[in-house]
Amino acid sequence: MNQNIIQLLYIVSIFLFALSLKWMSEVHTSRRGNWSAIAGIIIAILATLSAFQINRLDLLIVAIVVGSMIGAPIGLKVPMTAVPQRTAVSHAFGSLAVGLVGVSEFFQKGISADPVTTAVLCGEMILGFLTFTGSIVAFAKLQEIIPGKPVVYRGRNIITISTLITSIVFAISLVLYPGLEIAFYLMIVLALIFGLLLVLGIGGADMPTVIAILNSYAGISAAALGFILDNRLLIVAGALDGSSGLILAMIMSQAMNRSFVNVLFGGVGARMAVVEQSQQDRVTQTYSSADAATVLLSAKNVIIVPGYGMAVAQAQHVVKELSDILLKRGCDVKFAIHPVAGRMPGHMNVLLAEANVAYDLLWEMDKVNPLFNETDVAVVIGANDVTNPAARTKPDSPLFGMPILNVDKAKTVVFIKRSFGPGFAGVDNELFYLPNTMMVLGDAKNVLSDIIAKLRNTGR
Amino acid sequence: MNDLIQQDFVINLLIFVLATFLGIELIRHVSRLLHTPLMALTNAISSVSIIAALIVMSESSNGFILALTTIAVALAFTNIVSGFMITERILKMFRRRLDRK
Repeated sequence: MNQNIIQLLYIVSIFLFALSLKWMSEVHTSRRGNWSAIAGIIIAILATLSAFQINRLDLLIVAIVVGSMIGAPIGLKVPMTAVPQRTAVSHAFGSLAVGLVGVSEFFQKGISADPVTTAVLCGEMILGFLTFTGSIVAFAKLQEIIPGKPVVYRGRNIITISTLITSIVFAISLVLYPGLEIAFYLMIVLALIFGLLLVLGIGGADMPTVIAILNSYAGISAAALGFILDNRLLIVAGALDGSSGLILAMIMSQAMNRSFVNVLFGGVGARMAVVEQSQQDRVTQTYSSADAATVLLSAKNVIIVPGYGMAVAQAQHVVKELSDILLKRGCDVKFAIHPVAGRMPGHMNVLLAEANVAYDLLWEMDKVNPLFNETDVAVVIGANDVTNPAARTKPDSPLFGMPILNVDKAKTVVFIKRSFGPGFAGVDNELFYLPNTMMVLGDAKNVLSDIIAKLRNTGR
Repeated sequence: MNDLIQQDFVINLLIFVLATFLGIELIRHVSRLLHTPLMALTNAISSVSIIAALIVMSESSNGFILALTTIAVALAFTNIVSGFMITERILKMFRRRLDRK
């Protein structure tokens, strides 16, 4: 096919991608957005296949079949609660693909490439491979294959950063001495190790930011590949993905009042042992689900605060049931969504949408916070750090300064939690010890089912 | 020759910068409700890197390179398929609510 026609098709595809993001801004056009992106990618693939003759069609077919056989079950079967894990996996796949193409291109062009191309190629490989191992660790933490707590040791930041710097030094020497193959291998190995160390040191509660940052890296490395192959479609698509990840990461870290650097190297959760101990002897009041039901019976307005615990217990459907019953009783019900509740941006919204909660009941933090003062009951379901008043009051708390949902201002707080363990940030929650807090211990789903049964029995 | 490469590089850099601004402007207006599907979608979009794998694949007959690019195509295609399917599934759930109103 004519080269100009290919370029024109690429422009069509770029246009469709931009349109797709535009349509994603609102719910009622969002599905159109998805289809526009699908059209864009199909056009891009077909245009490329017609322009570049693939000699080994058998390999291409195998790859497509394998890709569909892995991709379709993931796409169709993954439960909504596991979407953060699947996102981490897709970042791992995407960045590994980009990294492998980078390696192929390096061996193809070898020493004949000009310094600029080699430099970009090295940057692309470092970014691709560190994102790969970083995403694998993120996946393992989210899937709870490894503990979500940050792995922190003396000199962690220095060791972590020096692997990256050494990797970059090898990249520079590769640009200066293109024949130096050993530098190439060491650069890749160190990039892999850096990704591993970086994310191992980050706690579960920081995953929304980390996932967004990895998303951004995956995009930027795809764009770098576009520079190497002089393919503008790749540059634009990668830049769109990269900027999307960047914006989300900024929103997430703003919601925690922390900088990227602090999220990546802060190691929150490491120095909490002391704080916890001093609070061992403090009094908490545990109640049964019957007590919680009694309080809810007399409530005129209720705010439900969902968190990661709801996702773990898969309790979104019972939560919806509870809200239905309360609404039927003439009670005013709102859902308060903290931007970093859950394990990825928008996690709670998706779960509640799955359970069919009307999204005009979902309230963002800034809008709902003033309302807690006039709220009879705040029901906290597995949301810990985002409700911890220490963020407002205790300057020595690692959470201090983080905007939180002011549930402590409500007349009564019903706090449903698996155990008294601290949240993922490793910080004890001040809320447990307030006189207006009712702790109900147990699996969120079981507790809520009990409460619902009690509410039903009491009649209306 | 070297000058030509540099010029191309500069133009590509310009495209990258402009596309980043475009992306930031577009994403800023995405409703918070949709951040999860947005991530699934942009992930699928960036898997257009499959075309890079296809291009490198077409230029080579070396076994090692063919193996790497085949794996890359399979990985990228996995993302494309699963990414669009998940996005569609999530968006359908949001959509359902709207239809009922």
